[in-house]
Amino acid sequence: MEAMDAISCQGLHKSFGDVRAVDGFSLRVEVGTSVALLGPSGCGKTTTLRLIAGFERPDSGTIAAGGRTLAGPGDFVPPEKRRIGVVFQDYALFPHYDVAGNVAYALGRGAGEKRVREVLDLVGLGTVADRSVDELSGGQQQRVALARALAPAPDVILLDEPFSNLDASLRAKVRDEVRGILDAQGVTSIFVTHDQEEALSVADTVAVVNEGRIEQVGTPEEVYSRPANRWVAGFLGEIEVLPGTAGNGTVSCELGELPNRGGLHGEVDVLVRPESLAIDTTQPSDRHAVPALVVSRRFYGHDQMLELRLDSGRTVRARRLGFPAWHPGDRVRVWIDGPADVLARD
Amino acid sequence: MTAATIAIAVPLAWLTVRTDLPGRRLWTVATALPLVIPSYIGAYALLSALGPSGLAQDLLEPLGVGRLPSIAGFAGAWLTLTLFTYPFVLLPVRAALKRLDPQLEEAALGMGRSRADVFRTVVLPQLVPAIGAGALLVVLYVLSDFGAVSIMRFESFTTAIYTLYRASFDRIGAASLAMLLAALMLVVLWLESRTRRSGALYRSAPGAARRPRPVPLGRWRLPALAFCASISTLALLVPVAVLVYWSLQSVAGEVPWGDIAAATGHSLLVSGLAALLAGLCAMPIAVLAVRFRGPFSALVERLSYTGHALPGIVVALALVFFGTRVAVGLYQTLAMLVFAFVVLFLPLAVGVTRAALLQVSPRVEEAARSLGRSPFAVLRTVTAPLISSGAVAGAALVFLTAVKELPATLILAPIGFETLATEIWKATSVGFFERGAVPSLVLLAISALPLYLLTARD
Repeated sequence: MEAMDAISCQGLHKSFGDVRAVDGFSLRVEVGTSVALLGPSGCGKTTTLRLIAGFERPDSGTIAAGGRTLAGPGDFVPPEKRRIGVVFQDYALFPHYDVAGNVAYALGRGAGEKRVREVLDLVGLGTVADRSVDELSGGQQQRVALARALAPAPDVILLDEPFSNLDASLRAKVRDEVRGILDAQGVTSIFVTHDQEEALSVADTVAVVNEGRIEQVGTPEEVYSRPANRWVAGFLGEIEVLPGTAGNGTVSCELGELPNRGGLHGEVDVLVRPESLAIDTTQPSDRHAVPALVVSRRFYGHDQMLELRLDSGRTVRARRLGFPAWHPGDRVRVWIDGPADVLARD
Repeated sequence: MTAATIAIAVPLAWLTVRTDLPGRRLWTVATALPLVIPSYIGAYALLSALGPSGLAQDLLEPLGVGRLPSIAGFAGAWLTLTLFTYPFVLLPVRAALKRLDPQLEEAALGMGRSRADVFRTVVLPQLVPAIGAGALLVVLYVLSDFGAVSIMRFESFTTAIYTLYRASFDRIGAASLAMLLAALMLVVLWLESRTRRSGALYRSAPGAARRPRPVPLGRWRLPALAFCASISTLALLVPVAVLVYWSLQSVAGEVPWGDIAAATGHSLLVSGLAALLAGLCAMPIAVLAVRFRGPFSALVERLSYTGHALPGIVVALALVFFGTRVAVGLYQTLAMLVFAFVVLFLPLAVGVTRAALLQVSPRVEEAARSLGRSPFAVLRTVTAPLISSGAVAGAALVFLTAVKELPATLILAPIGFETLATEIWKATSVGFFERGAVPSLVLLAISALPLYLLTARD
């Protein structure tokens, strides 16, 4: 079903001098979905976006859209013929046009004022149409950039760190608005981010990128709770790694037993996120729990992070709701209460 | 000489851009104005004001001052060229100062550095490209200057070439000296290109740009004012006062109004054509040099600079040979003179346009590409409008420079085609100070308009 892919990248390579920015990148993006390219800075995710947009030529590999080859051996469609919209990190608005002018430019010659209005209303900027783009706040500039990219009704829209220049207080709100607008238009989107929370909360699919290639692709839930490797696990959030042994049907570790879904044998690592550790003062009746001592506590308001020392001397972190409060010195029982992942030892 | 211009220009730029100096706007214009005074008018004014048997002498004689030391020769040439070339450094530094992101300085102040420290460690390094660009223009200008050194009777390359060519018609001697001078300037250019860094200066942080708060001068206010005033007095007030004085003297006698009117028309025509052509040519060259880096574009940019590296007199001589041997029909025509001006001053226009383009983020052009515009359409609808103010400023600068150009005009102008510059030189080189005064004032008045365009843009 190649034709159903809005974007399909196969074995992309791109080097700048000796630096391999993109190194064997393959990804398929289904029509109408939103994909996040998540990775640390310098991992090649922005270069990948620029390859898809057509601002850079891949050294090798192919890019196709809806069955049409955009870039490949002896084939290169220039950016203006790709029907791909781009929202830049610094928005790249045209300083010589006002807000309406920026959108009108995108609509092309002969675009009526009415159509410009419609597009601006779509992003809630109808009232600032005559303003110069320098006079807008960061959030408004971002919406102009979005309106401009959406105006020609592209098949795919690319967003480079779209929320990184916004205040933290504004970010969550704008994120929801943008996702709402993209959904309403039914447009396929690919956005680049280094913010795990942003990728997990906005995208349908998260592609975790490291050193120019994809480490894992999956739903937000999959990449978060069943990371493919320790690097992905660590990049997506805090993680505890416990040594364990895989046997017939079960994996056992210091915190108890888990089902052996991977059919592993011998030495394994058990990966568990702090919020998957439950604690109580007494032994729960229905499951095995191990004794531990609260060593330290950090309070974050909606939750608290506890450092627990197990009898073996190993410390693990547990994230619990803010109340009831635990205190250093409390003796507790701890057990795994939530998803945990088991990986073969490297 | 170059060091002296930097020592004058950098403090002036800072005072007029970043401080609460009283009358900042006035000083902004006044300190840039010496740019319109051609070196030969400046030299003639300083010589007739401060030299022996000059105006200052007349004023001081009753006070018992016998005879002022002669300022002709090296000292006079040095003083004149410093006073009338420092705006070449001042203007780019001022522009660069305006572009600096004040947050960088605030960050450094926040680290507990003093103002002076911050200026030295944060501001100055960011100004280096602008200072370098200005200093390059000064060096090239001084090496190729003909007017000031000939009036100050300071023997230099250019005067030697002219004397050889005109007095003894020794073309071979003139040509070999010209070659030597050209080689010297190419060495300067080569050294400069070795030290130049890539100059991307656009601010990447989005949101509304903030204006820096002016630095309060406090007790430094008076010295600062005195500094601005003394530079302006020497570089602007003295020359103009001298010109007005001589004009009044000459009004009593005969002023050849008809000749002056004809010369004015000629000056406007030639310089206007050259400015227009240079402005038009500058845009594609700047785009090529900045956006399509490669051996070819580097060569085109270097070639356009060579024109400026070559002194007017050298280019003029080259075109004389070209005109008498190859393009006989063009020799001593207006077209040849305009062409010489374009060759000479195109780099000015390219420099300013290039600076404007460096401030345009390539992302903006990419955005236009992704909106369905071909590369050419992007150039036309995005790049060109964004750098047109730079190209206009470049053309204004070319006009300003062309209108006062002397040696190439002397050599290449059609017979009987006098411009203001040649009128002035003819009068002053033989000591008729009165006759040079009126055309000089006309020339200054003409130059004021493009200069106003240049400074009002800030």
